[in-house]
Amino acid sequence: MKITRQDVENVALLSRLEMTPAELDSYAVQLNAILEYAEVLNKLDTTGVEPTAHVLPLKNVMRPDAVKPSLSRELALANAPEAEDGYFKVPKIMEG
Amino acid sequence: MELFKYTVHALHDMLIKKEVSAVELAKAVFARTDAVEPKIHSYITETREQALAQAAAVDAKIARGERIASLAGIPGALKDNICTKGVKTTCASKILANFVPPYDATVVDKLAAQDAVITGKANCDEFAMGGSTENSGFFVTRNPWDTDRVPGGSSGGSASSVAAGQAIWALGSDTGGSIRQPAAYCGLVGLKPTYGRVSRYGLVAYASSLDQIGPITRDVTDCAIVLNAIAGHDAKDSTSINAPVPDYTQALVNDVKGLKIGLPKEYFGAGIQPEVADAIKQAVNRFSAMGAEVREVSLPHTQYALPAYYLIAPAEASSNLARYDGVGFGHRAAGSDIIDMYKKTRSEGFGDEVKRRIMLGTYALSSGYYDAYYLKALKVRTLVKQDFDQAFAEVDVLITPTAPTTAFKIGELSDPLAMYLQDICTIPINLAGLPGVSLPCGFAHGLPVGMQIIGKPLAEATIIQAAYAFEQANDYHTRFAPLGEV
Repeated sequence: MKITRQDVENVALLSRLEMTPAELDSYAVQLNAILEYAEVLNKLDTTGVEPTAHVLPLKNVMRPDAVKPSLSRELALANAPEAEDGYFKVPKIMEG
Repeated sequence: MELFKYTVHALHDMLIKKEVSAVELAKAVFARTDAVEPKIHSYITETREQALAQAAAVDAKIARGERIASLAGIPGALKDNICTKGVKTTCASKILANFVPPYDATVVDKLAAQDAVITGKANCDEFAMGGSTENSGFFVTRNPWDTDRVPGGSSGGSASSVAAGQAIWALGSDTGGSIRQPAAYCGLVGLKPTYGRVSRYGLVAYASSLDQIGPITRDVTDCAIVLNAIAGHDAKDSTSINAPVPDYTQALVNDVKGLKIGLPKEYFGAGIQPEVADAIKQAVNRFSAMGAEVREVSLPHTQYALPAYYLIAPAEASSNLARYDGVGFGHRAAGSDIIDMYKKTRSEGFGDEVKRRIMLGTYALSSGYYDAYYLKALKVRTLVKQDFDQAFAEVDVLITPTAPTTAFKIGELSDPLAMYLQDICTIPINLAGLPGVSLPCGFAHGLPVGMQIIGKPLAEATIIQAAYAFEQANDYHTRFAPLGEV
């Protein structure tokens, strides 16, 4: 599968990354090279093979539903790029 | 000999005999850093004031006649993707350049319980993505054996700090070889524990199903001591293994008689530098002479592990790094609306390698390609793991090179794919969640060569014993980087 410049543009949008035209071209070349290398996987018959997302047999871990101290509002906001009146501040999301 | 050249265990003995104080030791390490940091660039953030306070507290304990832990008063560095309360944790990324965590990682809590002295936060590839520390968002770290060469990565600052005497031990993190490969390039011991053996709580996530914290040290004894300090179940990490933790120093036994060693033939083929292959073969001969049984084994899906990793790890990274949006923490760029703000923030904050992996992972997970790439890679992961299961039915440990070459020159591997191939010997171990240790086993053209010993799940004690026996029969671990002689 060949990645086109338009594919890269679409993936950049999904990734929330802004790219210059030169970067789009460059990433197209690099991603194609990496995915071409990954094509070797298709030579392998994996019919009937279960996928391994995780090596441990994971299960939900529960803890008692007890009240515990949490971060103070000041501490939670301490790393915020912008805060106002005790809230994280972001550019407006809705029109109007 | 200068204090900064000693091991953890030697310094512990000196502290309890009052031959040196913890404050003197910390100051000796800082003086060493003053001398070499301009050439090496190991640290992003130093924590000298805090370290001196920690050292003074240990001296007070000793003065009161209290027993101290093995790591008490011994200076060590932390990779800068391990969260430290009140101390910047940047992941070597501009996007987290000013991030100060409000909490400590579990390993940091455990080190504090041991009264360890923390010298600072070590440079690394941005978000642990890379094999050279050239991808740091701030500066390149250099190899103390040859400052024109990389220290390896991504835990390059952790490794260089120990090799150059700027720390006595260090913690790194290993997603595809990021502890073992820099340990190999810097002539040190580096251990990636079994996945889940050490808590990942407070380790900034890159690829969650692969990441694991572990020690980088001067010798195998120190490795066992640091692993003792950080291993164990943690309720804060849902992937933490709830199993008893042995005392790993009990595995420091100079005996490999009857140990069954497997040599996977796929790890000695094309791409392995002949000097590296020779050093490993000589090391294996040494094991045979010590009474181990060596046989060739096959891990037939080895060639598929690297491409599978470079789909799985970026896929997980693209998900984990979605949180860097300029809202809750980290860098924010101005934007005309929120989507524009996200895009500008992430484009300014992330470096090329991080963007490349986010793009690759997003593509592999996107509609229409998920089955062909991500799901396929997960199935291949199953086959890679099955290979190891079958090999470990026959042998106790596997031995391979840690990296296909010795440390390469800064700027030498500009092609991303060529760089990815440097991880070819370490990545399969992460896919299978196994423990692996790298230790020096020779030199090629004046540069250290690393040997990797791989064990069954939770068999850290076995690989430590094998590594210790080899170390006792050689003196590679006693040699210092040329910079150590300046």
